[in-house]
Amino acid sequence: MLGLNKHDRTLLIIVAILTMCAPFILNPFPTDSGMAQFNAGYPDLMQRFVIFGIFAIGFNILFGLTGYLSFGHAAFLGVGSYSAVWMFKLLSMNVIPAILLAMIISGLFAVLIGYVSLRRSGIYFSILTLAFAQMSFNLAYSVLTPITNGETGLQLTLDDPRILGVSATADGGIPVTSLFGLEMRSTYEMAVGPWAFQFNAGYYLCALIMLASFYLSIRIFRSPFGMMLRAVKSNQTRLNYTGLNPRPYTLAAFVISGMYAGLAGGLMASMDPLAGAERMQWTASGEVVLMSILGGAGTLIGPVLGAGFIKYFENIFSKINDTVLHNWFAFLPDGLEDAVVFIIHPFIGKGWHLTLGILFMLVVIFLPGGLVEGGQRIRRLFSKKPADDGKPAATKPAE
Amino acid sequence: MDAIILQILNGLDKGSAYALIALGLTLIFGTLGVVNFAHGALFMIGAFCAVTLSKILNISFETIDETQVDFLGNPLKVKTPYVEAWFGPETGAALIDWSVPLAIFFSIPIMIAVGFIMERGLIKHFYKRAHADQILVTFGLAIVLQEVVKYFYGANPIPTGAPDVFKGSFDFGVLFGFDPNAIIYPYWRLVYFGFSTLIIGSVFAFLQFTTFGMVVRAGMADRETVGLLGINIDKRFTIMFGIAAAVAGLAGVMYAPINSPNYHMGMDFLVLSFVVVVVGGMGSLPGAVLAGFLLGVLESFASMNEIKSLIPGIDQIIIYLVAIIILLTRPRGLMGRKGVMEE
Repeated sequence: MLGLNKHDRTLLIIVAILTMCAPFILNPFPTDSGMAQFNAGYPDLMQRFVIFGIFAIGFNILFGLTGYLSFGHAAFLGVGSYSAVWMFKLLSMNVIPAILLAMIISGLFAVLIGYVSLRRSGIYFSILTLAFAQMSFNLAYSVLTPITNGETGLQLTLDDPRILGVSATADGGIPVTSLFGLEMRSTYEMAVGPWAFQFNAGYYLCALIMLASFYLSIRIFRSPFGMMLRAVKSNQTRLNYTGLNPRPYTLAAFVISGMYAGLAGGLMASMDPLAGAERMQWTASGEVVLMSILGGAGTLIGPVLGAGFIKYFENIFSKINDTVLHNWFAFLPDGLEDAVVFIIHPFIGKGWHLTLGILFMLVVIFLPGGLVEGGQRIRRLFSKKPADDGKPAATKPAE
Repeated sequence: MDAIILQILNGLDKGSAYALIALGLTLIFGTLGVVNFAHGALFMIGAFCAVTLSKILNISFETIDETQVDFLGNPLKVKTPYVEAWFGPETGAALIDWSVPLAIFFSIPIMIAVGFIMERGLIKHFYKRAHADQILVTFGLAIVLQEVVKYFYGANPIPTGAPDVFKGSFDFGVLFGFDPNAIIYPYWRLVYFGFSTLIIGSVFAFLQFTTFGMVVRAGMADRETVGLLGINIDKRFTIMFGIAAAVAGLAGVMYAPINSPNYHMGMDFLVLSFVVVVVGGMGSLPGAVLAGFLLGVLESFASMNEIKSLIPGIDQIIIYLVAIIILLTRPRGLMGRKGVMEE
């Protein structure tokens, strides 16, 4: 089915079930319980999960397969967002043309940057992509203000000349983004006992697109083209000796991954029609690198896991404060309770980035294969079969 | 003409900061072969050494002065820094005033210690791994260091003043026969430029004229052979890492009065410093210094109004643009050596 083998099909189906049931899975706690703040099943966060999932999947096609570490991928995300918002301003509030334009423009942008950057490899490639991304960021802030609206960010206004559609709704508001009339922000709430589940149209659109991109990435990983990219990673010199020019392949991978980023940017703008230059800053590029590595670069599911993991804990950790901690550790003796809270305090709330940094370092040092490798190690620990010592110890991440 | 001289001068102080950081980066890269993304964080820690020292010197105790009243009519509380109480008001005040230059001595041991811990504790384990892994782990470390500093000092920039003697500006124009006030330049930036040339000079002299430096240079050229001769090259490279950290830290200490330190200043400088290293040529110390000053001066030229009106936005992108052109036309950078990180 779908041209996948059994293993991949199972993976795709699991991901499909998880994303489709996310409003249930992410809402395990009743709304009136103390744990309700750890629910992640609200539209805004779920959208971010899948959008960053798409971004990370795309990044992984470049980094995971070819080993080219791009430090400027956020530029494509930003370009995608800007073009989508312009489409909303000029054409219509339908998300389809916006997303298409976002992908096309970011694809063109990727051809340009990729053509230049891919002339070098290794650290030079990282610096070149970083330089291009910083250039785009700086330009978006300064000279390109007529297009990007500078620091304020590009937003919809009441006098946008929308060709297909109205500039303002009947009651004088800004029209909302929709898919052929289905508003992206429309949410159906289902109350089951003390639980409240939210089903958001925008989330399901993003989730479907994420599944499609995930499927496409499986196909790329399994295709002869994917094999070629892996060959580039393992030994480019040998590839040259066999008479093959790796540049068209790497460029294709770069453009595909740039278009994924553009798609993510377009979706981001479709969910919330504004775009700002800070989306292009190199810290944003660093974030997608973190996601891929944390989840497991070069694996299929890793980047999605990493994106979900980082976005979930970013949200949850930021919400924990000292009061919550005191409640948790109330069972400890007073002095000990204060000590524990004092120790944990720097890592929560605003200190989330500290936790992320430490976590990231630990993963790079001890678990180069990311969460996927961690999962495999745990499985191996508990599997009945004694560890296959005969085989080389190199951990091959599952794909 | 006076405008050109002014721009060159303006470029020098930023250029010296770039050159110092790039020098440290190149030292680490040339000796240990590690791409250190945490080097900007070392610069930032240096700047915060200056902040810390000035805070320590300003620790005060309160006394109640019965003779004066504050606006509520209560007896006025007078804060006296301990140093003023211990060393007398004049010496104490001078100490506080000179806190930034004093921080040089305060920061050197701290930075060397930080460098040692970083190298022995973390980077040592990454020699054999891919450059991408080195970038990633030092990037993580940079985030951690940055967040730790943010936790202790907050997210706002902390103004740290230069000594009173160096406040104000120097009128260069008069010296060269231009109109007065045509070329004015803050004293502290002049000090910064002098200080950085001194540091750069001493690093080069240390490598060129001492036995230790000779061994290190030999190790940079061929690590294995030096090791076979019975020299513990790893130990010397660790010391070089400490020195590189100290150079970055000193650059940070002296930069504190120019730009109030905040926790992300390291990252801002790091990206540019990497560009500088690449332009200068990976692994080439003179190249790093040359490229640092060159790009600093180019940046300030590009921010001249005449040039900005010619090519709008050029001031924002000039460094990156130069880097891209250099990387594509001269892959080894300005002064890169053959065979060092060409791919």
